[in-house]
Amino acid sequence: MSRVIVAAIASLIITIALALAVLERPTPTLSLPNLASTAITPGEAGVLHPITAVLLEFRSIDTLLEIAVLLVAVVVALALREAQPDGADRMGLDNPLLHAVVKLLLPLMLLVAAYLLWAGSTRPGGAFQAGAVLAGCGVLLRLAGTSLHGLERPRWLQGGRVLGLLVFVSVGIPPMLAGRAFLDYPADLAGGLILLIEAALTLSIALALLSLFRLAPPQSDSPAFPDRRKRRRA
Amino acid sequence: MGWLDLLLGLTLVTTAGLALASRDLFRAVVMFIVFGLLMALVWVRLQAPDIALAEAAIGAGLTGVLLLDTLGYLKRRFEPTGTNERRPTPTTEGRGDAR
Repeated sequence: MSRVIVAAIASLIITIALALAVLERPTPTLSLPNLASTAITPGEAGVLHPITAVLLEFRSIDTLLEIAVLLVAVVVALALREAQPDGADRMGLDNPLLHAVVKLLLPLMLLVAAYLLWAGSTRPGGAFQAGAVLAGCGVLLRLAGTSLHGLERPRWLQGGRVLGLLVFVSVGIPPMLAGRAFLDYPADLAGGLILLIEAALTLSIALALLSLFRLAPPQSDSPAFPDRRKRRRA
Repeated sequence: MGWLDLLLGLTLVTTAGLALASRDLFRAVVMFIVFGLLMALVWVRLQAPDIALAEAAIGAGLTGVLLLDTLGYLKRRFEPTGTNERRPTPTTEGRGDAR
């Protein structure tokens, strides 16, 4: 009974604190949408869409850290994942409808992912959305039991997962050598650099999201790769 | 368009409630996916197409897939029935010993 009372008091306090925080919220002196819109002058800014500009030009370090957090989360999830009981042969679902739909939808989904990536600089779209669609492609392929042999090598997958962060950091450092701030790309190159970062991010985000799927391509240390294990032991 | 927003909002709260209250986990996951799709529509109505795209792809699509994946895993692990060919169920083993 006393635990119920304590819980009730605690939740009441939290509710009141939250209500106070919402009610006492200071009015923002700067409006971010307006700032972003006024800062984008066609011809000077790398991207024309305010949201992409905020994500990758004005507040790019936030996005960089977000990607790092996503990578850490995926690494932890992979470390916690149980060894896969399903071998590569048990992955395909015997559903003719699924196979037909995959055949029809896959090219379309790849096109949508590419379009979202490309559209990100001028209209709604961007790396996260494109990466999610790409991860959806991966999930459908795994469900249908289609294996992309060469692309599913553990080395490639591990490399792909960190590629986004690596490209982001390596694009961010050269401006520092020229005496500018980290990630302060020169204005005339910004458009191309942002597209490069977004392309790498799309791949990494897709692989990261796919890795959380239990039927994702197996890891190098999972029992699905017995030959490697033996080699390591030897 | 006011009635549309009202309808969307009410359906959103209803699906959220159903997803939380459902005792059948599969139904809860389906309700969650429906919630994600409606949420994407709400984001569009709030003039945030970027978030709508992300919500539809990640919130409704991939999270739904991950939840269904987990559900299938839990079912196979904790309810070993005839669908699991690799591991004989404990009940049939017991019956064999008794005979």
